[in-house]
Amino acid sequence: MKKLSARRRHPLAALVVLLFALVAIGGLYAAFAPAEAAQADSSAQSLKIDEGKKLFAVGCSSCHGLNGEGSSDGPSLVGVGSAAVDFQVGTGRMPAQQPGAQVPRKKNIYSQNDIDKLAAFVASLGPGPVTPTKDQYTATETDAISKGGQLFRTNCGQCHNFEGAGGALTQGKFAPSLENVDEKHIYEAMQTGPQNMPSFPDSTMPEKQKQEIVAFVRYQANEAPNPGGLSLGSLGPVTEGLFGWIFGLGALIAIAIWVAAHTTKAKKS
Amino acid sequence: MSHDMSDDKLPQAHDASDAHGDVAVTDNPFADPGLPAHQPRRTDIDERAAKRAERQVSLMFLVSMLATVGFIASYVAIDPDKIVYIFPLGHISALNFALGMTLGVALFCIGAGAVHWARTLMSDVELPAERHPIEADDEVRADVIEQFKTGAAESGFGRRKMIRNTLIGSMALVPLSGVVLLRDLGPLPEKKLDVTAWNEATPAAPIRLVNMNTDEPLKAEDVAVGSLTFAKPGPSASRPAGLQESDEDFQQAIAKDALMLIRIQPDDIKDANSKALGFEGVLAYSKICTHVGCPISLYEQQTHHALCPCHQSTFDLSDGARVIFGPAGHPLPQLKITTDASGYLIATQGFNAPVGPSFWERSA
Repeated sequence: MKKLSARRRHPLAALVVLLFALVAIGGLYAAFAPAEAAQADSSAQSLKIDEGKKLFAVGCSSCHGLNGEGSSDGPSLVGVGSAAVDFQVGTGRMPAQQPGAQVPRKKNIYSQNDIDKLAAFVASLGPGPVTPTKDQYTATETDAISKGGQLFRTNCGQCHNFEGAGGALTQGKFAPSLENVDEKHIYEAMQTGPQNMPSFPDSTMPEKQKQEIVAFVRYQANEAPNPGGLSLGSLGPVTEGLFGWIFGLGALIAIAIWVAAHTTKAKKS
Repeated sequence: MSHDMSDDKLPQAHDASDAHGDVAVTDNPFADPGLPAHQPRRTDIDERAAKRAERQVSLMFLVSMLATVGFIASYVAIDPDKIVYIFPLGHISALNFALGMTLGVALFCIGAGAVHWARTLMSDVELPAERHPIEADDEVRADVIEQFKTGAAESGFGRRKMIRNTLIGSMALVPLSGVVLLRDLGPLPEKKLDVTAWNEATPAAPIRLVNMNTDEPLKAEDVAVGSLTFAKPGPSASRPAGLQESDEDFQQAIAKDALMLIRIQPDDIKDANSKALGFEGVLAYSKICTHVGCPISLYEQQTHHALCPCHQSTFDLSDGARVIFGPAGHPLPQLKITTDASGYLIATQGFNAPVGPSFWERSA
C-alpha cells in the first residue's frame, strides 16, 4: 500500500487510473446491458417474417405500401391477421388483377409455403385472426351437418343462396358460389370477412358453429341428393324460367311446326 | 329497276294457238294458280298401311294407359325418402323420377297418338276458305247510321247537357267500387306492426339482445366492426324464457322482432340520431324490409349497404338506414340499445318506427 501511494504522483498514474475505470465500466455494461437486443434473431419464425417481407415487397407493396400501411390503392393490412392473407392469396384474389367492384377468384400463383411466409409477415404487423388448423375447421359430431344447415340459413343463405350457389349484390358485387371452395377458405372467410362479406367472429359465432357450417357447405356441394333431378344450378326461378322459355317452349314450337308440315304423299301409281 | 329481266323468267303467257287450250288464257301474269291437285297418302290407297297406322295409334294410347297405371303404382309403392343414382341426373328421389317419367310418358303418348292419327288416317283434303270483306255492305251501314242518328235525336243526348254530364260522371265513378273491393284482400294491420316484443322493454325492465346462433345474451364487445350478428329478444315479463324456436308463435314473433346487429366506427356514422340510438357504434336495425316485409340482411360491410333480395331496396345503414335505391318507402326501424351493469346489450324501448311493410295507417 505504501508502495502504491508512494507512486501516486508518477506521470503514468493518471493513465493507470483511467484504465481501471474503463475496465470497470466495460465490465458493468457487459453484466447489466440487455444482451438479446444486440444479437441477430435467427429463429424460424423470424426468418419466415423476413422472407415474407421480401415477397410482400415484390407482390403486394405497390398497393398496400412497403410496410403494409396501405395507400389510396389498397387498405392497410395492420391487424388483418394471417387468416386473411391465407384466404385472399390462397384463393387467388390477391394480388388483384384489376381494381373493380369486387376482386374475383382466380388461379393462385403462390405456393402454400410462400403464402405462409406472407401471412407471417402480415401477422407481425398487428394481432388478427390466425390461419386455422385442420382440427379447427373439421367438425366431428354426426349432427354437424343438420346444425350447420340451420346456421347457414340464418347467417349465410341470404347472400350465398339456400344451397350456397351464390347471388347478386349491389353495384356489380356478388356473393360467390361456395361449391368448389376449400374447407379452410370457407372457415377463414367467416373469420375475416373478406371484401364486402361481414365477418362472423368467435364472439358471436363460436368455432364449433363455424365447423358445422363448413360441414354443411361441403355436404351440400358434394353429397346432398337432388330430389328433383335437374337442378339447373339451384339458382331459383331465373334459370328455371329461362330453361322453360327456351327449351320447353322451343320444343313445343318445333313439334307444332313438324305437325303442321306437309305429310308425306304417296304418288298414285 | 333494271331492264335486263329476260322474258323467259316471267310466267309464260299462253297464246290462243297453244295446244293445251283448256287453260284459260289471261293477260294477268300473277293469276291465282289455284290449289295443286290432291296427292293421296300411302294410307289412303293401301289398306294394309292404314291398318298398320291404326295399330300404331292404338299402341300409343295403350302405352299411355300403362304409364298411368305405372304412375299410380309408383305413387303407392315407392318410399318418398328413397334416393337412387341415375346416371346423368345424379342422386335423385326415386319417387319424383318415377312419377315424372310415367306421367310424362302418359301425356306424351296421347299427344303423339293423336298427331299420328291426324297425319296418317284423318282426311287431309285441302279446302279453300274464301276471304270476304269485313265491312257490311253500304245499304246496311247507311241504315245503322240512320238508326243511330234517330236514337240520338230522340234521347235528346246533345240537347239535355245535364243528363249527359251526370251520365259521364256516373260512368267514371263505377270503377271505384272495384277499388273498394280490394279492401277484402285482408284485414288492415291496424296497430299490429307498431307493437313488437321490444315494446315491453322499459328502463326499469330492459330486454337483453340474444344471439340467434348461440342463444346467449350478447355483450357489446362481442360485436366486432365489420361483423354481422342476428339477435332476438331475451327474457321479458310475458316470455320469461325469451323467444324460443319451440314457441308456438315463434314464426309470427320473429317476423317482427328479428334484429341485425352491426358495428360501425362511430366517426363513420353519418346520421346523428341513428348514432345516438346505438351504443359505441353498435347499431340494431330491424331485419324486416319496409317494402313488403322480406327478411333483409344482405349486408356489405365496406359500403354499409343492406340489400333486400326481393325487390332490391337498398338501405344505407351508416346513414340511419336511409333508402338509397328501390321501392321501400321508409328507412329500416332502429332499436335504441345500451348496456346494463354486466355489459350485456339491452333495449329499453321499442323500435323508433313500426316494423315491416308500409300501410295506410302507419304512424311514422
